[in-house]
Amino acid sequence: MLSRIAESLFWIGRYVERADDTSRILDAHLQHLLEDPWMEEDQACRSLLGVMGAAAPAAGVVATRQTVLDTLAYDRRSPGAIAGALASARENARRARETLSSELWECLNTTWNALPGRISGSTPHDFFAWVRERAAIVAGLVQSSTRRDATQNFILLGRSLERADMTARLIATRAVSGPAGPGWTTMLRSCGAHEAFLRTYRGRDSDTLAAEFLLMDRLFPRSVLFSLEEAEACLTRLEPADPRGHHPGDARMILGRVRSGIEYQPLLSLLGNLATEMTRVQQGCSEASDAVRLRYFPSGATDDWIGGRM
Amino acid sequence: MADLFEGYPAGAAWDEMISGDAVRAPYQHVHRTMGTLNADELRLRADALARSYLAQGVTFDVGGEERPFPLDSVPRVIEAAEWDLLAPGVAQRVRALEALLEDVYGAQRAIADGVLPRSLIVSSANFVRAARGINPPNGVRVHVAGIDVIRDSAGGWRVLEDNVRVPSGVSYVLSNRRAMAQSFPELFSTMRVRPVADYPRRLLAALSAAAPPGVDEPVVVVLTPGVYNSAYFEHSLLARLMGVELVEGRDLICSGGKVYMRTTEGRRRVDVIYRRVDDDFVDPVVFRPDSLLGCPGLIGAARAGAVTIANAVGNGVADDKLVYTYLPDLIRYYLGEEPILANVDTWRLEEPEALAEVLDRLDELVVKPVDGSGGKGIIIGPAASRTELDEARGRLRTDPRGWIAQPVVQLSTVPTLAGDALRPRHVDLRPFAVNDGDQVWVLPGGLTRVALAEGQLVVNSSQGGGSKDTWVLGAQRRSPELHPHTGPTAAVGSGGPPHHVQGVRLDSNPNDGGLSEQTQQQQQGDHGTGQDGAGRC
Repeated sequence: MLSRIAESLFWIGRYVERADDTSRILDAHLQHLLEDPWMEEDQACRSLLGVMGAAAPAAGVVATRQTVLDTLAYDRRSPGAIAGALASARENARRARETLSSELWECLNTTWNALPGRISGSTPHDFFAWVRERAAIVAGLVQSSTRRDATQNFILLGRSLERADMTARLIATRAVSGPAGPGWTTMLRSCGAHEAFLRTYRGRDSDTLAAEFLLMDRLFPRSVLFSLEEAEACLTRLEPADPRGHHPGDARMILGRVRSGIEYQPLLSLLGNLATEMTRVQQGCSEASDAVRLRYFPSGATDDWIGGRM
Repeated sequence: MADLFEGYPAGAAWDEMISGDAVRAPYQHVHRTMGTLNADELRLRADALARSYLAQGVTFDVGGEERPFPLDSVPRVIEAAEWDLLAPGVAQRVRALEALLEDVYGAQRAIADGVLPRSLIVSSANFVRAARGINPPNGVRVHVAGIDVIRDSAGGWRVLEDNVRVPSGVSYVLSNRRAMAQSFPELFSTMRVRPVADYPRRLLAALSAAAPPGVDEPVVVVLTPGVYNSAYFEHSLLARLMGVELVEGRDLICSGGKVYMRTTEGRRRVDVIYRRVDDDFVDPVVFRPDSLLGCPGLIGAARAGAVTIANAVGNGVADDKLVYTYLPDLIRYYLGEEPILANVDTWRLEEPEALAEVLDRLDELVVKPVDGSGGKGIIIGPAASRTELDEARGRLRTDPRGWIAQPVVQLSTVPTLAGDALRPRHVDLRPFAVNDGDQVWVLPGGLTRVALAEGQLVVNSSQGGGSKDTWVLGAQRRSPELHPHTGPTAAVGSGGPPHHVQGVRLDSNPNDGGLSEQTQQQQQGDHGTGQDGAGRC
């Protein structure tokens, strides 16, 4: 497979997952902001922006729901916002058009076409619900109509990396907002884990259990540990261990290190240092993403493109 | 733009929002916001509410068609000071009912002391002799209560009836709030509305606390009659939010005096059953032998202390409408307190002079069956025809124990969307109380039911009623210690004051970006060959 195509596939996976997760995080946080009268809107919005890696407004300016929506949901130019991520996903799909199934391309393209109408014409909650639905269709098409070859592995690799990163950010929002912030219930709900959690722990409502669930549940597909393992599995499928049993590639090593940091660290020590640990996961994902690029998408795009040949 | 409030009529009833020309304090924000909308805009939001209900499955059956449960767009607002009076009143009522049940199925002191006539209890259709000897582990029989209160034309709160069997409607409180927060975010951001989302956790805690002694991690289940029950949505919602199994009668087995459920991993012991099945159907061995909804042997297991049934069997005797008339006395007798909330004046028809007066004035009174619910069998004198009244007189004479009579209470009104304008419609309120054995917790708010037809006084949803979201305003900032998420382990990840953490910047594909040099070159290359992509598609 062409490196350029592989890179686009990888990023389709990441962008769609980013749109999905961001909409989940925002939906839960903004709903909580409405339902809990004792929340400080400015402070809550700032910490949310910060955790999502966006710049907070200047000191004098009050951050509101609208600021959050404009920055993280509706901005079509920023790849960190939902609209921007969906637009970028479609952009990447256009580049890998001949490798993608028509269904997948059309799904991403219709999503992009419908964006302006959805942004102006629906309430935030409806917008988020729509984004999640579109992401679910993409996931379904990848699952049901993509051959289990490198195509799927690159999409899944991107998706799992992004998912680990996003769940880490979600957990970090809890760590930074202090006791006044949204509780673990909100956290769980935002990644669709609330019901799964309640059933797993039979309604025992403990913060420690909730944190454990999101960090390292082995069966829940959005936990940090599950996503990291999934990403590692994709790397292994792309490049199996050599005859000596060594796994080639830096990405594998980076992910393995991050994963064992979570898997083999006592829960309480993890929890005591949650914000830092979660930043470490995000950094790990970012480094792994770079390593994947160096390994599979070797050179800077501008160098090996020959304009005009298209 | 027509004002939605234009021509809002002043009625005999107490209007919750508008008094004369002025808007009452707690409704200022709501009134201002609704004032800026026109009928179409409000209709749009109302449609969004209905759609969200249809999608969630918050529906009820009308002649085989699923309709969204009607939720009106205008909330009902209760001030903090008022709620701080109402909630203790409700809790007091529940404590008295609890004491009454313990007494009725135990020593019967109140009868011996002459506070209650023995005939009242033994003649109650809901006095369940089989319930005698079932001693709930933590002394709680009323795990959940719904106390219906109304506001009369003078603005005072009165209790209309008690529901301590299987009070329903709390799912609407939870889903109304969710839907309203999504449709009217601007109201929530300006008003401090006390949250209701804590209910499932409180309920589960109360149910777990009621487990038989010696059970470390009690298995709680919700017992539903099945998907065809009109309240099935509520049963599934509660089970889902508590994270417990929703079982039907056929999922349970009693064996060796213990209760199990059938699972793929074999039998699993059940410790607490939150049953949403009526007494009559719980156990075919003791009650209706043809019942398919219950599980044979449940009552025996409960008597042996192997399982807790919540709410307890036989609670109906306490919410009998004739017993209701004795409640103020019972509050004084059991609790030694003055009742905080008054009853609606009620005639006991077993007293000959009361019966005579009622028969005489029937056209201006309301008569209700003592064990009815859902607004069934109620006759409203002023609205009834001559033949209906004559029939009713006959029934009252033959069965005075079966009926009570009350004056027509002008329930208070709240502006409600009717056609293209807001019009006063009558409402009641059902606050929900959860008793965990240590304290009675009252859910801030409750279910406000509204009669959607003009002048209609019966608000039950089975009679075409709708509901309103009920907002209790917060008094002051809650201190962190009282935060519901702050359990013993709450320090997790939230130690110390809030601080700012900047997340790692989100990466993006370096090839992206609409205006890179390369894109421009590509576009130049496209001259004359048509838009790229278009040719390849």
